[in-house]
Amino acid sequence: MDQMAEPRMAHPLVPRVAHVRRRWRDGPDVWTLEIEDGAGSGFMPGQFNMLTVFGVGEVPISLSGDPADGNRIRHTVRAVGPVTRALARLRPGDPLGLRGPFGTGWPTDALDGRDVVIVAGGLGLAPLRPAILQLLARRDRIGRLTLVYGARSPDQILFARQQDRWGRRSDIEVAVTVDHATSPWRGYVGVVTTLIPRAVSDPANTVALVCGPEIMMRFAAAALTDAGLPETAIHLSMERNMKCAVGLCGHCQFGADFLCRDGPVFRLDRIARRLALREI
Amino acid sequence: MEDLQRIIRAHPFFAGLSDAFSELIGGCARNVVFAEGDHLFRQGEEADALYLLRSGQVALEITAPGRGTMTFLTLGPGDVVGVSWLVPPYRWSYDARVVEPTRAIAMDAHCLRRKCEDDPALGYELMKRFVPVLSQRLQAARLQMLDVYGPDG
Ligand SMILES: Cc1cc2nc3c(=O)[nH]c(=O)nc-3n(C[C@H](O)[C@H](O)[C@H](O)COP(=O)(O)OP(=O)(O)OC[C@H]3O[C@@H](n4cnc5c(N)ncnc54)[C@H](O)[C@@H]3O)c2cc1C
Repeated sequence: MDQMAEPRMAHPLVPRVAHVRRRWRDGPDVWTLEIEDGAGSGFMPGQFNMLTVFGVGEVPISLSGDPADGNRIRHTVRAVGPVTRALARLRPGDPLGLRGPFGTGWPTDALDGRDVVIVAGGLGLAPLRPAILQLLARRDRIGRLTLVYGARSPDQILFARQQDRWGRRSDIEVAVTVDHATSPWRGYVGVVTTLIPRAVSDPANTVALVCGPEIMMRFAAAALTDAGLPETAIHLSMERNMKCAVGLCGHCQFGADFLCRDGPVFRLDRIARRLALREI
Repeated sequence: MEDLQRIIRAHPFFAGLSDAFSELIGGCARNVVFAEGDHLFRQGEEADALYLLRSGQVALEITAPGRGTMTFLTLGPGDVVGVSWLVPPYRWSYDARVVEPTRAIAMDAHCLRRKCEDDPALGYELMKRFVPVLSQRLQAARLQMLDVYGPDG
């Protein structure tokens, strides 16, 4: 058989070139890029892409848009270092490299008939947003749906307008809390874990999806188990840093797992013992 | 009076309290109502009560010169407001401002302290209910202090 006639498979380590369509600010130092990804083939909520700014570097960034949007994907980036700062500076029309989507997603297909509690902290709402949009699109298939969100202060609330809109709907309960606030804020103040007991009404039939800074996730997992959820019903996204994204380089090794290949979304019972270990 | 005892026992903080103890502390309790903007108490005032919130929302605030007022915790139905009534010199170390119209049971601190001194079993029962609240607030304060949502979070 003529080797040349075989369809060319994209090599997982070679980025394809995509272009920024639009960009907008979603908080202090936080920008969302809408990217035209002609070669994209859809994604599962919770997955990430490796984004390259040519001449600067490559980083893992979660998909934050609606999985139903086809080739028009979104990434929400906080500018914290060289690559994320360069990503945040890209303008409409600019090219960037893209590999993915990679990783395990949230188990949104296994939630029929269950109550769902989504616990997000800070930028952790970005990888959960696709899951929320997907669940809202097939809302009648699940029970009670609650979003519990924590941020540092009111001006740092991610997707604030969309959260307001969700909060006005009757089919999703939204509870937002901030760590500190000055007087105009009329919402809750306090750590996000304090809102968890109210979000769980039927622990045996509830599944939790959790994403945020790792310390916050540890405390959220503890609050969820205190509320009666078994470890098998709690899913966390472990976003420690990674390099190759395909389970080759070992950069993101987490005990027996590679976060990029076996995660980033894990069920708590699989990683609970390792979460508390200092050495890994 | 009996009605107050029923309300006290219906509050999560006193859930499962014995008849004898609820009768003892019932005499220290009264119903209070606050409008939005009212203060349950202000920093520096004598800590003369413990509040069991039944409805509404209360913001705990600290004001620093030049930095304005900072809310560090909001509390609602089922929560207790006030720890300083238990610890000498019995002064509030923050303001408690009503954010939403609030109904509460106010327990007179002098009365409670006296009854706890007279009956150590009651005192211990109260401690067992108070220490978990203190420990949760301490843990929450620690998390807030870590500023987990910062760039290194
Ligand atoms: C699976 C996955 C999904 C991610 N999704 C997003 C996302 O949707 N949006 C987003 O903005 N970021 C996301 N991140 C984090 C992002 O990849 C890092 O912020 C980025 O790699 C930093 O690169 P840099 O060159 O800009 O800065 P660097 O110089 O590499 O780092 C700058 C600072 O950020 C801290 N940092 C680096 N990586 C992480 C990390 N993974 N978690 C927390 N702090 C980190 C470093 O400790 C350092 O203080 C994700 C990470 C992973 C592993």
